[in-house]
Amino acid sequence: MLAFLVQRISQAFLVMFVISVIAFAIQDGLGDPLQQMVGMSVSQEEREALRDELGLNDSVVVQYLRFAGNALQGDLGNSYFYSKPTLEVIAEHLPATLELVIGASLIIVVFSVPIGVYSAIRPQAWLSKFFMGISTVGISIPVFLTAIMLIQLFSIGVTVSAFPEDTGWGQWLNDFFSTEGGLPSYGRGDELTHLFGTWESGFFSESGLMHLVLPSVSLASIMLPLFIRLIRAEMMEVLQSDYIRYARAKGLSAGRINFLHALKNTMLPVITVGGVQIGIMVAYTILTETVFQWPGVGLMFLEAITRSDIPLIVAYLMVVGLIFVITNTLVDLIYGLVNPTVKLTGKKA
Amino acid sequence: MTTATVSRWDRFRESFLWYSFKRDKVAIVSFVVLMLMVLAAVFAPLLAPADPYDLAQINIMNSELPPAGLAGSDPAFPLGTDAQGRDMLSTILYGTQVSLMIGFGAVVLQAALGILFGLLAGYLGGRVDAVLMRIADVQLSFSTLMVAIIVGAVFKASFGNLMFGEIAIYMLIFIIGVSEWPQIARTVRASVLAEKKKEYVDAAKVMGFSTPRIMFRHILPNTLSPIFVIATVQIANAIISEAALSFLGLGMPETQPSLGSLIKSGFDYIQSGSWWITLLPGLVLVVLVLVINLLGDWLRDVMNPRLYKG
Repeated sequence: MLAFLVQRISQAFLVMFVISVIAFAIQDGLGDPLQQMVGMSVSQEEREALRDELGLNDSVVVQYLRFAGNALQGDLGNSYFYSKPTLEVIAEHLPATLELVIGASLIIVVFSVPIGVYSAIRPQAWLSKFFMGISTVGISIPVFLTAIMLIQLFSIGVTVSAFPEDTGWGQWLNDFFSTEGGLPSYGRGDELTHLFGTWESGFFSESGLMHLVLPSVSLASIMLPLFIRLIRAEMMEVLQSDYIRYARAKGLSAGRINFLHALKNTMLPVITVGGVQIGIMVAYTILTETVFQWPGVGLMFLEAITRSDIPLIVAYLMVVGLIFVITNTLVDLIYGLVNPTVKLTGKKA
Repeated sequence: MTTATVSRWDRFRESFLWYSFKRDKVAIVSFVVLMLMVLAAVFAPLLAPADPYDLAQINIMNSELPPAGLAGSDPAFPLGTDAQGRDMLSTILYGTQVSLMIGFGAVVLQAALGILFGLLAGYLGGRVDAVLMRIADVQLSFSTLMVAIIVGAVFKASFGNLMFGEIAIYMLIFIIGVSEWPQIARTVRASVLAEKKKEYVDAAKVMGFSTPRIMFRHILPNTLSPIFVIATVQIANAIISEAALSFLGLGMPETQPSLGSLIKSGFDYIQSGSWWITLLPGLVLVVLVLVINLLGDWLRDVMNPRLYKG
């Protein structure tokens, strides 16, 4: 176990090292910090003196070591646009993204477990087939398109007048397909509650929660089909196992077998895979935040790209890389702890 | 020459592939829809009523006209016009062409990388395998979209907007191809591991064939069917990735739009009620991706030897 722990953690450090090298290469290769600092009027000699002073004439290795040393002390430079430390800028934007991810995760948990379990217990029922069909379509719709459709339906509203209005059924169908809209589709609203540090929360006001609805539904829409399929597949496998058959033979009630015995063993792989998926959600938050102008780190990153704010891009890469590495390592470790069949030492079988 | 083609056709008609295709309505419909879309995209210059790249044909007075059948529509523009007055039908046809080109190109690139690295990792094993698969693991754990966004962002920042717009199509093929190669490499590696234990490989080794020859001439042909299955699904993924990158402004410029950049440019006008500019290309994108995914599902069921022989 100790060997497994050491191996995984040293691997995490290796990956983080590679990420820092890439980030350094981007910072080094793109943009000249001198050009950002001084104007046209500064002479060549003064520029050279400044280059020496800033250490830009040192060897690449020395420059990297300085970059890594600063990064370890939590200094990733100052953002050009915000004119303050990049980590501070990220800390200001992170709570919005976290709340979006929390909202989406809640939706995923609430819907994927019952639907997945149901379609595993009754794979032939029409409702199961309906859910499976929907999830195939759901995987094929990109997250930003779902978001746009949600905005059209529930924010702008749709008025349908395709059916004849003078007949009762026509009017009813028109009303049925029309939506009112009105849900906010822009930003987080202005009723935010200050929690601690840089955390301004939208969870405690009606306006804040309303603003959260459409973005978190959009973000959940891409992950929900994956989780439904995963839970269904795992559950179907568990239902085939001997101990379930034994429980049935013993005469336990179906509810007790399905939800107590089977679900427990289904959730184990689901939670570990889910841990990795929540990391992957970071990529989708960029898209969701762009559509809804949600002031989180994803939108901040995209704006940093358009503004060529290199230090902020680099800092974002380092922070996101760190989040990925930590979640993946934790998931690996938890999986190794709870599932003894995993090859612990990583040796060849 | 003719006998060869006839016998090949006969062999195809007797194959399990054709047999199961004939019996699967979803596969037939998906295939027909996909072929229609591919043909429409390939012959876009002939089919499209207007050339969206030709500025002389665009009249700003025609901007934001709704599709036929709605109040205020113009029969000259069956699917309406966008904010610049371009005919939506034409831009969608050309946009589908761009999206499909990037999708196919990216999959060809990732198949080349994936087959090469997968063969090397699977056949040589040892340290080569460990290093290549570690890289693949790390890249996959970051999700292909994230890798693509970061690479795209770096390219855009280093080339600048104008330069990036000119070479965007090659950039996107490169970005998506490079960010998704691990998927194919893993599949290839798994099949190579199973194949290399077989006797024909031993026989080839005894005959003294070179390692590259054994890898590419003997093992590779036997791993083609899983590659084929995953490549189909990867085309759909590549098209989605391209659309996502374009939507973020890291992809095709508006002057040479793909489906993703059409959706992006229409999104700015959705609040003013012009839903068709963004939703029509969106619908085309969803249908395109859906039929490819359905075909991929069907191929996987047919070509999965466990299901077929067991």
